Formats: sequence, structure tokens, C-alpha cells
Amino acid sequence: MTETTGRTPEAVERTPRTTGRTPGTPERAPLIELTDVSKHYGTVRALQGVSLEVHAGEITCVLGDNGAGKSTLIKTIAGLHQHDGGTLRIEGEETRLASPRDALDRGIATVYQDLAVVPLMPVWRNFFLGSEPRKGSGPFKRLDIGLMRRTTREALLRMGIDLRDVDQPIGTLSGGERQCVAIARAVHFGAKVLILDEPTAALGVKQSGVVLKYVAAARDQGLGVVLITHNPHHAYLVGDRFVLLKRGTMVGRHTRDEITLEELTRQMAGGSELDDLRHELEKDTP
Amino acid sequence: MERTSDERILQSSPLRKLLSRPELGSVVGALAVFVFFAVAADGFLRASSLSTVLYASSTIGIMAVPVALLMIGGEFDLSAGVMVTSSALISSMFSYQMTANTWVGVGVSLLVTLAVGAFNGFMLTRTKLPSFIITLGTFLMLTGMNLGFTKLIDGTVSTKTIADMEGFPSAHAVFASTLTIGGVQVKVTILWWLGLVALASWILLRTRAGNWIFAVGGNQDAARAVGVPVTRTKIALYMGVAFGAWISGQHLLFSFDAVQSGEGVGNELIYIIAAVIGGCLITGGHGSAVGSAVGALLFGMTSKGIVFAEWNPDWFKFFLGAMLLLATLLNAWVRKRAEATT
Repeated sequence: MTETTGRTPEAVERTPRTTGRTPGTPERAPLIELTDVSKHYGTVRALQGVSLEVHAGEITCVLGDNGAGKSTLIKTIAGLHQHDGGTLRIEGEETRLASPRDALDRGIATVYQDLAVVPLMPVWRNFFLGSEPRKGSGPFKRLDIGLMRRTTREALLRMGIDLRDVDQPIGTLSGGERQCVAIARAVHFGAKVLILDEPTAALGVKQSGVVLKYVAAARDQGLGVVLITHNPHHAYLVGDRFVLLKRGTMVGRHTRDEITLEELTRQMAGGSELDDLRHELEKDTP
Repeated sequence: MERTSDERILQSSPLRKLLSRPELGSVVGALAVFVFFAVAADGFLRASSLSTVLYASSTIGIMAVPVALLMIGGEFDLSAGVMVTSSALISSMFSYQMTANTWVGVGVSLLVTLAVGAFNGFMLTRTKLPSFIITLGTFLMLTGMNLGFTKLIDGTVSTKTIADMEGFPSAHAVFASTLTIGGVQVKVTILWWLGLVALASWILLRTRAGNWIFAVGGNQDAARAVGVPVTRTKIALYMGVAFGAWISGQHLLFSFDAVQSGEGVGNELIYIIAAVIGGCLITGGHGSAVGSAVGALLFGMTSKGIVFAEWNPDWFKFFLGAMLLLATLLNAWVRKRAEATT
């Protein structure tokens, strides 16, 4: 167990990076680099010419409305299916991901919207589900329950979640907390890249804030994060890079210093949808 | 480090912990039924009576344990009742027809019964049909085969006696003997039952397989997503039921020396009832092996208690149904209290 002294997750508001590295000038190859990637389902073009970079300690946001190709994009990075054109590089090495397991083995963990948790099981059992540590040998090989409880508590604490009772069924946690447990699990199991599929979509304003804090906490632990969202406000709060998708094609690719929230919002919506959005924004800021 | 804690999560008291145990409802129910018959039936508290109650409980309990595990894993097995009879028939007929040592029949029976269990599990995981349909099919097929093969081979509805065959005394000792412990006659099935409960509890609570059983019953897709071998777990659970059926079947055979081929129909529901009374959630993901044992004990106490109280045993089914409803309601209430987050 390595003790990481990450910054407090309260530091969502952008503070100067201690790494002193500015986006766009990485000293080594990005964790993930997609160049001109495309994907077809039969005759349907789901993705066309999409490029993105994911660096350690940074958050890359993928923005787009429903049907923009966000899901297809993350499924490609998560190993659920393979791209048809373009290249996928992992730490500089061109590759194809054969399966989700393959992606996982290369340190790419995906937290899906419906969250892979079993509601009736205690938090600590959920945390280690599928990768349970054991002790003893032969027929007496058994779960190392002490270690599992302790590790769960510690891993959650590092993410800034103080769960007093890791024995409570995970179903009794709120949606945001469950999301955070899923993130903490991915971090604990050595993920280098964390893909989050609309982590704030089903959450209220306050809960969304909590989740974004933990996303930032994961970034501060040195992970590369891919944040899928259709909410430019959430994206701009934490994002270092932004990729905009529309109807399967990339309509914009920016680093944080190149774009303002207004511009991001405008690009994301565009045309007739803008009126609806303005309406929504006015509600947000009364 | 500043922490975000949730002020809504109360420190769980020992009482709350106790309330969240799946078997709590059944333990309360079992105590109530015990006190009731202790008062209402003369001689219920005699050691010999209690031994009879335990024996009746064990014959159900041996099957209730694997059925409970399967239910925690989110599935049913309606073929469990007749599978016991099939297992006994195979053992008996193989030994008799081949004039082999009874232990050979016992071994063949184990293999065939496990294969039937594996078939159930394989069909379920392959076709993705509800287990209700798959095992209903197996139930009907086994029922037909039990009768059909017995009539075909032995000419009647029961098998020929194997009491004079080689190996019968030792097999009888293992599966159907009566031990005298402290002056009390104790059937060997009670030991099998306790052993199975202990083994199943160990598996459920202390092993990786147990974690998987809860997970496949609680949220199959999530379990698969984090790398739990769902198919393997479910097939193993069905084979566990088959293993229980094999023990029960051998007991059925060696208690007497022949098997009635029509037996076992309807018992599958009693096993399920015992598991549900014991706190297994019918939708899977929650329950315990100890609970199933308490459920079986409730069954044993009621079925024998009615006899000791000299009531008309026709009322037994009524009591069983009432207990099922009460226990399920109590479980639901207890669970709601335990999981309430306010």
C-alpha cells in the first residue's frame, strides 16, 4: 500500500499546478492518444475523425449531445469494440484493445453510468468484488476480511470520503457516494486512466459538485481522466482539454487556455438548441 | 485532511446490526413455535421427541441449504424434489441391475445427479430463460423418467430391494444409521445437515465464491462487469443442489431398501419455503445458510408438533402456509427497519 498525499478534493477550483506543466507541452507520451479515429456500425457512421489526448494528472472532457458518439468513443477506449480507422496509442505504443479485460490490464478503468455495484452487498464486499484478496491455503483459503475492510476505508478516505460503516449495504449510499466508491475502486486497483461515463447526469446540483471533487481527487493522484458529459459547466470546472462531438464527428478540440466557458457552451449547443440552453442557463443563475 | 462525512449516516448500533441479519425473523418465529408446542403438546420437550423433530427437520434441511444458496444466487430449482428420488432410483437400479456393490451405485448416482444439476445450470446460463421455466422442464422430465424407467426395468412403481447386496450395511451406516449420543437416538442425517450448514456458511461468508454468489444474485450485470464468472457460479450452484439431492436420495434409499418412484413431487416447494422463511430474498442477493436451517427446523417442529399435540395432521399445510406468510412479512419489515437510512 502506497500512501498518496494527494491534495484535498476541495481544491476543485483551479489552483496553479505544482507540476508546472502546461497542457499541450507534455514531457512524455500521452497515456492515451487517439488520432483520426473512426468507427462504423454497418453502414452507419458512428465516429469520424476523432482525435484526443489523455495525460497523467489531467482531465480530458468529451462533450456532446445525445447521439453525438460519446458512448462509441468511450467504448473504443474501454475495449468494448475496436476502431475501424485511425490509430489508438497507449503510452506511445500503437495498439488495439481486444476486450474490456485487455483495457483493464493496461490500466484503463471505466466507471459506467449504471455503476457496477451490487446494492444489497456491504461497501467493502462491493469494493473488492471480482478481485478479492485471500489468505490461507488449500481448503482454508479464505477472504482476508480484515484487510478488505481496512483497505476500503483507507482508499475511500484518500478520496476524501469518510465512511464510518463500510458494512452498510452500498445501496444505502446516495448516488453520488456510490459513484465515488466506484471511482475510488478504480483508483485503488491501479488504474492509470479513468473513464467516467456521464458521472453527473443523474445527480442533483450538490451531488454533482461532490462527484466532481472526487474526479479532481483522482486527477490529483496522477490519473488521466476522461470525463464524458453533456454539461459544459461541469466540464469547464475541472477540465484541462475539451473535445466536442456532434453527430459522430469532432467539431472542436481545445485546451483550457484556448477557450472560455461561454465559447464552450456556444460550440456545444449551436443553432436552434441555443435558445433552450439559454433558458436553462438563466435558471441556473437567477 | 478535511473529510466529507455524511451526517445522515448514523452509527449503527448492535441492535441494528442484529436486525439486519437475514435469519432474525425465522429465529423469532422458531422460538414462538417452539414455545407454543412446548405448552400445547405433551411430551414435545422429551429428548426422544426433539430427536424426531430434528430428524424431520434434517431431511428438509439438507436440501434447504443448497436451495438457499441458489436462491441467494438469484435462481430457483423446481426439479430439486424429484431429483432426490431420481438420485435414489439411479443408485438402487444400477446396483441391482449390475449386481454391483451398492457403493458403485452410490458413486454412479452422484455423477448422474451432478450432471442433471450441471444441465440445469448450463441450460439456464446458455438460453438466458428464467430458471422457473428451465427447472420446471427438468422437473417434469425427471418425474416422467422416474416412473417410466422404474416400470420399464422393474415392472412396478418401486425398485427391488437391495438390502442383501454387498456394501449395503456400510452405505446404510453412512446415509441412514441411528447413533446414540448421550442416551438419545440421533439420526445420522442430522450430522449431514449440520455439516452442510457449516460448510455453506463458510463458503458464503468467508470465501471468494460466497462473494460471487451474493453478487450474481444481487446484480448479475454488475458482477459480470467487474470480472465475476457469472456462468460458472450459477452452474456450480445448481450442482450444489444436485449434491444435496444425492445425499437426500441415498438417505431415502438406505433408510429402507427400495424406492417408490413417485416420491419427491412437491418437496421442491418445501425446500424453497424453508429458505424463504429463513430470510432468503426471493429475488436473490440476500439470505443465509443458517436461516435455511431455522426454516427447516420450523418445518420439522410444526409437522411433528401437530402429531404430538394429537391434532389432525391435515392442518399441517395450513400452518405451513400461515408461517410462510408471517415469516415473509416479518422479514420484509425487519429488512425495511434495518435499511432505513433516516
